[in-house]
Amino acid sequence: MKNILELLEKSAKKYPDKTAFADIDNADSYSELIKKSMAIGTFVAKKQIRNKAIAVYMTQSVNSVEAMLGVVYSGNHYVVIDGKMPENRIKNIFSIVKPSLIICDAEHIELSEQLDVDFCCISDITETNADEELLNSIRASQIDTDPVYILFTSGSTGTPKGTVINHRNVLAYSEWLCETFDINENTIYGNQTPFYFSMSVSDVYGTLRSGATLNIIPKKYFSFPVQLINYLNERKVNTIYWVPSALALVANWKALDSLKLDYIEKIMFAGEAIAAKHLNYWRKHLPNAMYANLFGPTETTDICAYWIQNREIADNESVPIGKACDNCECLIIDENGKQADEGELYVRGSFISYGYFNNPDTTVKAFVQNPLNHSYPEKVYKTGDLVRKNKYGELEYISRKDFQIKHMGYRIELGEVEAAANAPEKIKNACAVYDSATDEIILIYEGRKFEEKEYLDILAGSLPTYMMPSKIIRIKNMPYNANGKIDRVWLSKNYKTI
Amino acid sequence: MSVREEIIEILNVIKKNVDYDKETALVDNGILESLEIVSLVNELSDTFDVEITVNDLVPENFNSVDGMVEMIERLED
Repeated sequence: MKNILELLEKSAKKYPDKTAFADIDNADSYSELIKKSMAIGTFVAKKQIRNKAIAVYMTQSVNSVEAMLGVVYSGNHYVVIDGKMPENRIKNIFSIVKPSLIICDAEHIELSEQLDVDFCCISDITETNADEELLNSIRASQIDTDPVYILFTSGSTGTPKGTVINHRNVLAYSEWLCETFDINENTIYGNQTPFYFSMSVSDVYGTLRSGATLNIIPKKYFSFPVQLINYLNERKVNTIYWVPSALALVANWKALDSLKLDYIEKIMFAGEAIAAKHLNYWRKHLPNAMYANLFGPTETTDICAYWIQNREIADNESVPIGKACDNCECLIIDENGKQADEGELYVRGSFISYGYFNNPDTTVKAFVQNPLNHSYPEKVYKTGDLVRKNKYGELEYISRKDFQIKHMGYRIELGEVEAAANAPEKIKNACAVYDSATDEIILIYEGRKFEEKEYLDILAGSLPTYMMPSKIIRIKNMPYNANGKIDRVWLSKNYKTI
Repeated sequence: MSVREEIIEILNVIKKNVDYDKETALVDNGILESLEIVSLVNELSDTFDVEITVNDLVPENFNSVDGMVEMIERLED
């Protein structure tokens, strides 16, 4: 296999009438999806655009998938733009990728008009007569290292970075995914992650590869657990792969105390460290389901390491990230460039991107020669994440390298402080930041009010003295960045004025 | 300040430039988004010292100020 469209075509042949993708209002069977994607592909290809970035700018829906695959049929690569993305960020991304075309939905026509790029509305192009000869000739000219999509992440400096992911990356990654978690034609996904976020690659391509069904969960249901659970039951969802904060929502509201999830068999999570407490809540209510913690950056397509739960984890422990995916290797490299049991994580294998779009400086810093190989050129991805091996020989995530601090002469990972701070039941969410000016660890939490002494006593049960926070601040609402992660940068700058 | 006025004040901090007096589809029309709803729920439970449970957390209770007033008054009893 060399093109991701083969996944779609194979499933469409086997399950033509089966629902492939559904949202709250619409659904596409595999044969409908292929027809519409080819129509879109023909429309774009007739504009003589090849090997260029094309923006898909719409509210997440079945249409988004048609547009994404349509772009690939046309021999181009897609860039998914969130329907709610602020105009400045879109312009920022566009200044990097310079898309040749925008495919939007009716809701985003006016906004597209302001972007100085040729655009078309998806409802006007899905009826295009597919030109199979044209699409076949495009396919024949493509190879598996051509890009499928460019995915933008925030980057620590705030300038977006566009990771280029090619056919081989997605094919290798989705093969591992489907084999490891037995994603098959009976899988029914409840999709939570946005298509501009790397985790969605697992949902979308896991579905296409296995002939599964994916249901896009309306975003607003993640504010209303009752609706969320009803929807999952109505759609007979048996597989979810969510960010921990979405799982935490259900746990914090104790939603499963009064409501039952009827079909869930597999629960996977990634994107951030999950609090063991939240995982244990789910396990208590769905003891027979499979739980897996997945770990990886956008640059490794989605994931490079995983842990399928096989033992109890206490509320104050951290959940391991396990071992490297098949056909992928995780190297732990210390400060001297040598292999160690604790250090920075480097990843090698077929899931690794070639680098960032139009950004050679950042690319050479992150995609480097394998420090253990001095004999021939071999690029590996340097994640910037600190990991270690635990007593079970499993990989454990420590923190971002940038989060490691030196306090009172000790090297401290704020992630460990957070793991302990998240344990008490009253705490919804806790975040530790470091003020280098005063050499203090500040703990910020959201949840019911807690006597500082009581909280500190609990922390003292799992943290050595030098890791204890100097200040504890209660915040009504934890701030989040665009990707739904806790906004640590903002917190460390503004904690004094909360 | 009445419960109604207090709720409107909270809403105005969370999101400005909405006619909260008249609006009846704050959730259904996507005027309030996920994180704003989370903030709103936190603020309401803090301000009125009520426990909003998962069964109260349905769009009908948050689509309008009237719905919120009703919910708070019910929970205060």
